[in-house]
Amino acid sequence: MNFSQEAEAWTCASCGGKLQLTKVFFSYEKGNFEVDLPACPACDLVLVPESLALGRMAEAERILEDK
Amino acid sequence: MEKNELIAWENKCIQEESPECTSACPLHVDARLFLKEIRKGDWDAAYKVLNKTMPFPGILGRICDHPCEERCKRGPVGGPLAIGSLERLCVEKFAGKKRVQLLPRKNHRIAVLGAGLAGVTAAWDLLKKGFVVSVFESGERLGGPLWDLPERILPREILAEELLVLESMMADIHLGVRLDKAFFEQVCEEYAAVILDRDSFHGCALPLELDGDGLIAVTPSTGATGRDGVFAGGGTRFRGGFSPVMETLEGRKPALSIERLMQKVGLEFGRENEGPCSSRLFTSLEGIDPLPRVVPADSVKGYSEEEAHMEAKRCIQCECRECVKKCLFLERYKAYPKKYAREIFNNERILLGAAHQYNVFTNSCSTCGLCETICPNDFSMADMCLEARRTLLKQKIMPASFHEFALDDMAFSNSDLFSLCRREPGKSESAWLYFPSCQLCGSAPGEVLSSYHYLREKLTGGVGILLHCCGAPAFWAGREDLFSQALNEIRGCWEKMGKPRIITACTTCLNMFQEHLPETEPVSLWSTILDAGLPVSVRVSGAGEVTVSVVDPCASRQKQEEQQGIRRILESLGMGIEELPLSGEKPECCGYGGLMYNANPTLARDVVARRTTASDNDYLAYCAMCRDNFAFVGKRISHIIEHLFPVVAGADPAARGWISWSERRDGRVRVKESVLAELGEGKEPQLEHYEKLALVMSPEVRKRVDERRILEEDIRKVILHAESSGMRMQCSESGNFLAYLQPANVTFWVEYQLEGDGFTVLNAYCHRMKIVGIKK
Ligand code: SF4
Ligand code: SF4
Ligand code: SF4
Ligand SMILES: [Zn+2]
Repeated sequence: MNFSQEAEAWTCASCGGKLQLTKVFFSYEKGNFEVDLPACPACDLVLVPESLALGRMAEAERILEDK
Repeated sequence: MEKNELIAWENKCIQEESPECTSACPLHVDARLFLKEIRKGDWDAAYKVLNKTMPFPGILGRICDHPCEERCKRGPVGGPLAIGSLERLCVEKFAGKKRVQLLPRKNHRIAVLGAGLAGVTAAWDLLKKGFVVSVFESGERLGGPLWDLPERILPREILAEELLVLESMMADIHLGVRLDKAFFEQVCEEYAAVILDRDSFHGCALPLELDGDGLIAVTPSTGATGRDGVFAGGGTRFRGGFSPVMETLEGRKPALSIERLMQKVGLEFGRENEGPCSSRLFTSLEGIDPLPRVVPADSVKGYSEEEAHMEAKRCIQCECRECVKKCLFLERYKAYPKKYAREIFNNERILLGAAHQYNVFTNSCSTCGLCETICPNDFSMADMCLEARRTLLKQKIMPASFHEFALDDMAFSNSDLFSLCRREPGKSESAWLYFPSCQLCGSAPGEVLSSYHYLREKLTGGVGILLHCCGAPAFWAGREDLFSQALNEIRGCWEKMGKPRIITACTTCLNMFQEHLPETEPVSLWSTILDAGLPVSVRVSGAGEVTVSVVDPCASRQKQEEQQGIRRILESLGMGIEELPLSGEKPECCGYGGLMYNANPTLARDVVARRTTASDNDYLAYCAMCRDNFAFVGKRISHIIEHLFPVVAGADPAARGWISWSERRDGRVRVKESVLAELGEGKEPQLEHYEKLALVMSPEVRKRVDERRILEEDIRKVILHAESSGMRMQCSESGNFLAYLQPANVTFWVEYQLEGDGFTVLNAYCHRMKIVGIKK
């Protein structure tokens, strides 16, 4: 999945800077993940698009719950 | 679940028991599968089914006296399946190679004396098991009385060909042998064990005891004679008439005994079900068309392939699955409770790190109790799943997500925001304590308040009020700690009020109290109304004006009187009632029970959606969650309290539609505030900072967000955080803001616009995966 479109569309309203695709770390139950997502490294802001949250992320959550 | 518990559970579900045909068959031929294969048109597979169990299928398939048919479940609905005739056609048609799988050769040498049907069967079975077998026959050919059967039933050519198979199985065959006492003694010396075909030794002079029929006396279950290592069987024609299939069983029994003897295991142990036996399998004949047995056009030749196919199609394919037919949850997982018991047992024993594939399963049961009512053996999935949930908690592998939303909702009810216990205004005593239930306060706050007024008018001795959750969500989640805490709080209030009788407006609460706080002698609001009389405010419909179908809550299953009471109230309100197929003792759940909606929201939606198809009538509920869940999927439904204590005169309660989880919280707060205000204890509500934010949401967004279990409170917290910290993103095109916050286990995302003093919420979503950090 590529979120460069989202990175283009949104800016960090905290510092006014652009969002850049950056490695973001996640954890849930006993699993750890990393995904390239639009983020503002200066402000520590991340963008998790709805499609990711309700799609692959939700799926991974279900799998980890049945572990 | 312990091993012995698993066995007890498994034993309760009889789905895997043999159908009647198989149990009635002395050889336990799988007739159900046989007929299924014919139905598919796969005659080779059908033959294989026979060949698996029958010796000499070419013979027995033609001559079997089919006792299976007598017990066939089809009997009362069109007549039993013609299993005998179909077997005949199958073995006639079979042109493939006759294959008998032999096990590795063993050293033991066994002698079979006499080669009637019992004798050749014993030889067949022992050869298959790998024994070295010698057959001794006094006549000039194997088969004995089989040669006397009419040619049209058993053609000689076929008989000869079938018997030849013994040779290909490497039997050592001796014909024309004098089977006298001396010979018998000799084989007893030389062979590890001996089997006598009693058909060849009727009234014989061997040194063995005879029974009343002149047959060698044996222990019926094993075929053992009085002499060690000597077994016997057969001779049914001297004992009430020749039965080919019983004669075969008579040969099979001693062969099995010899195998056990050689393996040095007990001869008798566990053989109760050998031969014709009973079966516990239940098969419903409900809705089965009484199709008559297919009669072959050519009565001499018997069935054509076409006719056979039609006949086989009449087989019901007996099985139970009664519970699975009714419960969507059981159906979804594609098996039945016996299998589920095994899965849950295994799930608890999975090594660390491997997948526990039955966690969601265990938490998806609504614990409605329908299966237990339907099951001929009272299998309770609810009890099994609840116990399994407690185990998952103990093992610390219960994912928080399964119950968190529901437990948070319960915590809300039991917090200062809702929880309250007071006497009736102006009274210093309480003979009664009204417990309207948290969910009904959430769903119908105005109606609850007028019902409280009603009770105060009608009852004497003071009617106090207790706002609290009964603890059911904790019970369903397996959280014994939270459950007993809730009960203790309720008991404490009840004692403080002087132990009044509890009146509750929720059937689940009523159950919980009757079971866990019986000392409160709980009664329902509805039965109280029946005793005290209808409130004056009710509107009585004209005859035929309103017809409803009552959706009994699953919690009312054991409460026939309550159910009848509701109907009596509806009748006195002038409403017509059309019963649903699953009412009374068989209601399903709306998806709230057992917290199904929390652990498996998709399933819960499907359950309630399926239930809406049962009738086009407006539904009438007397459980708040039933009302809300049906309304959510668009069904016209009202709660009985809306008819008894209407807030807006003349309104159509069935048109009220769905309400959100946030509204359910607001409703509860409103009830508490109104009760306090009447007592003169009302005060300006102390709003948290975030609670003051004004939100604007379109109905569509409101519903979407509610479905995702996001509360307005969550949204407010995100916006407040974003606005006060500046931590938010902005879309260069639309100017919308996007912000997120992770207050506990869930990360909430909100897309919004500034709107004067407030905020327009355009979207919200959430995930449980925790954002740990960004690579720098
Ligand atoms: S209906 Fe079919 S499965 Fe049931 S008893 Fe008869 S033959 Fe057996
Ligand atoms: S949901 Fe109800 S019918 Fe289905 S398994 Fe659970 S208790 Fe039984
Ligand atoms: S009703 Fe269900 S649980 Fe009971 S025996 Fe039949 S399949 Fe098994
Ligand atoms: Zn920034």
